[in-house]
Amino acid sequence: MAGHHQLNFKVLRNTLFALLSLTILTVLVAKPVSGFDAGMFNFVIAMGIASLKAGLVLAYFMQLKDDNKLYLGLMISCVFFLLLFFGLSFIDIISRAPVDSTL
Amino acid sequence: MSSAADTSKNYLNHEKGLWSWLTTVDHKRIGIMYMITVLLFFAIGGAFAMLIRLELFAPGGTFEAQVYNQFMTFHGAIMVFMVIIPGIPAFLGNFVLPLHLGAKDVAFPKVNLMSWYCLIVGAIISFISLFYHGADTGWTFYTPYSIQTDNGTILLVLGAFVMGFSSILTGVNFVATTHRLRCKGMGFFQMPLFVWGLYSTAILQVIATPVLGITLLLLAAEKIMGIGFFDPKLGGDPVLFQHFFWFYSHPAVYIMILPAMGIISELITAFSRKVIFGYKAIAFSSVGIAAVSFFVWGHHMFVSGQSELAGVIFSFLTMLVGVPTAIKTFNWVATMYKGSIQFQSPMLYALGFLFLFTIGGVTGIMLATMAMDVHFHDTYFVVAHFHYVMVGGTLMAIMGGIYYWFPKMFGKMYSELGAQLSFVLIFVGFNVTFFPQFILGAKGMPRRYHDYPEAFSFLNSVSSIGSWTIGLGFIVALIVIIHGLLKGAKAPDNPWGAKTLEWQTTSPPPHENFYTDPVVTGGPYEYR
Amino acid sequence: MSTANVDRSGGGHAHHFESAEHEFDTSKFGTWLFLCTEVLMFGGLFVAYFIFSNLFPETFLEGSKYLDWKFGAVNTAVLLFSSFTMVLAIYYAQQNNNKKCANMLMITFVCGLIFMVIKYMEYTHKIEMGLLPGDMFAFQGAESSNLGLYFSVYYMMTGLHGSHVIVGMGLILWCWFRARKNEFNSGYFTPVECVGLFWHLVDLIWIYLFPLLYLID
Repeated sequence: MAGHHQLNFKVLRNTLFALLSLTILTVLVAKPVSGFDAGMFNFVIAMGIASLKAGLVLAYFMQLKDDNKLYLGLMISCVFFLLLFFGLSFIDIISRAPVDSTL
Repeated sequence: MSSAADTSKNYLNHEKGLWSWLTTVDHKRIGIMYMITVLLFFAIGGAFAMLIRLELFAPGGTFEAQVYNQFMTFHGAIMVFMVIIPGIPAFLGNFVLPLHLGAKDVAFPKVNLMSWYCLIVGAIISFISLFYHGADTGWTFYTPYSIQTDNGTILLVLGAFVMGFSSILTGVNFVATTHRLRCKGMGFFQMPLFVWGLYSTAILQVIATPVLGITLLLLAAEKIMGIGFFDPKLGGDPVLFQHFFWFYSHPAVYIMILPAMGIISELITAFSRKVIFGYKAIAFSSVGIAAVSFFVWGHHMFVSGQSELAGVIFSFLTMLVGVPTAIKTFNWVATMYKGSIQFQSPMLYALGFLFLFTIGGVTGIMLATMAMDVHFHDTYFVVAHFHYVMVGGTLMAIMGGIYYWFPKMFGKMYSELGAQLSFVLIFVGFNVTFFPQFILGAKGMPRRYHDYPEAFSFLNSVSSIGSWTIGLGFIVALIVIIHGLLKGAKAPDNPWGAKTLEWQTTSPPPHENFYTDPVVTGGPYEYR
Repeated sequence: MSTANVDRSGGGHAHHFESAEHEFDTSKFGTWLFLCTEVLMFGGLFVAYFIFSNLFPETFLEGSKYLDWKFGAVNTAVLLFSSFTMVLAIYYAQQNNNKKCANMLMITFVCGLIFMVIKYMEYTHKIEMGLLPGDMFAFQGAESSNLGLYFSVYYMMTGLHGSHVIVGMGLILWCWFRARKNEFNSGYFTPVECVGLFWHLVDLIWIYLFPLLYLID
């Protein structure tokens, strides 16, 4: 339901704890910090944790969970157009003559 | 419906004095303020166009190459950022959208006023650059030249950045207005098609314009600090700039044309006295064009050094734009079929749009074909193509819209004969100016050069003579408008017998648009 | 986001809306649309980041070594906590408690300040080392020849983000003044809600910036 959704203190507090825990987790699994190495999945793990945190902020702090789903649609379409922007530009850049790592 | 109320008070005399205009939050007054500024910028941009055609009248030319480059840059930047982009949404849209929806105002009236000030501030910054050796990059600011050129380019870039905010604020306002301020009984499919056009445009403004913002910011940072994003010397990629630029600027082309298509839908149905054919098809094709416009930007870059693979993909995707565009055109023609068509001046402009926009659109498909574009790229063929779309499309719609809503805006009628004369001059002059440029381009005359070989001289002279005819046409149009304002007969509430809501209130409308809150019970175009 | 001079104490609203609820809802919609523009504006920089980090992985790896993850981690925690206090400000406004609402806004403001001070320390340290963007790069001993490009990305992203933090702090201060004047109540807290959404978005962007800039492997 749109409009004045009543906030719940406990839910907000738990969200904060979850966010802080995930921050610690993302530091702990980072190779430069702990030496933990999952190979090519390092990036996926880091982005996965970041997206989980972003999801928590969106759902509870920004109240998307109980708000008009139109706003959720807006955010999703933004991400879609960004991926499109990246994808089509990147297709051009990787299919050109290759560039060596640093000039 | 307004017989009982006091009709001597309207939005024009609701408050008095210049200050009441500069601080107004009434969407109608802001629309009029946009009208004045856009027409002023159009006159300046048009003067630069005249100077360009003067230089190209004969080989050898009148001005120095550097001066010509500045004419060309300012003509492009003014016409794009200050005339065509704010032209329909911020000027006509501002005036008409809340009336179309039966609302008292747009959702955020103060933001609306702020967007006008953003345009003015941005325009002033842009014009200051003229005192710092001007800018000579063309309106596209392509790197690496724009990084190296040592002059007022940076001010023009910052000016365009500020004007981008104007566009974003208008977009946010219109999306929110369309969603939240429709009057009782008006669902999405009872909205007039001009609203659908403005709504699709507003979505583009919200999603695409921020990318222009960051692009221009990066370019400014590049020039001030040398950050190297677009500088191959530092590991950057100049072609990446074109990706960034056209990710905005291709949708921007649809920011220019979608609301124009909306106006044409209004004009054709009103002057054919017939329900529009395929309402939903036209409505959805507006949204469809808006969506597809994000997939096609690479067709501006076929010869930029973009990879062949990306070129093929973009070439294919670009063809898709033709589908919703053709749907609209067919529906407009079908609307006119067996209608009681009246050839008043707004309708003449609408028919002019149909004719010219079709030529512009079809040559667009030619240019989307990668193999042909390699030949046509950066020739006058491209110049002719986008002028057929932008001038033959958008500007025709603006003129038609001005004449259509003029009685509503000012409560006066204009001289129909004068308006028709201006149409004939503009239509004929336009074709004389730009059709020869298709031939010049096909023969290989490159664009943006200040001089050309003797072989191109005849068609260039014809083109320049045509440009004077267009100029004369616009002067006649301006005289008709001023004469109408000063001496025009009083306009009735609904001079065209149209069915949309704005014609249900008085001309000009009162401060809060309607005397009683309108309630909609049927579609927007119930002519029979 | 609305017409001025409206008495909000008894459910008043601007003339072109039907009700206070209608106005609140529309203001929030406008704010979300504005957030979309922010996402796409930052998105341009993220696209540049991903393109350059794919083209020059070694450069980005080397560059991130010069950033101290501890600063980034502390700043992440500070911003997350500030988001929490921001949403508490709305919570207290909903309970007609302007005093606690103002206190929460002040804590949020101070968190923003702490974030900027830490950012300032990081910047001065980098600038002293000569780790500057692009053309101005003056650090001796870089392995990658275009390490300046990494720092261009770093300064553009954190700089644009930092400028948003400053704008957000200004807006929060404005809300604080209004809460001190007891202007909010359970029927009207639109400014806190909308500024809050903006502040959370700033937080959201930092959530991605932190691993992308500081924790590359």
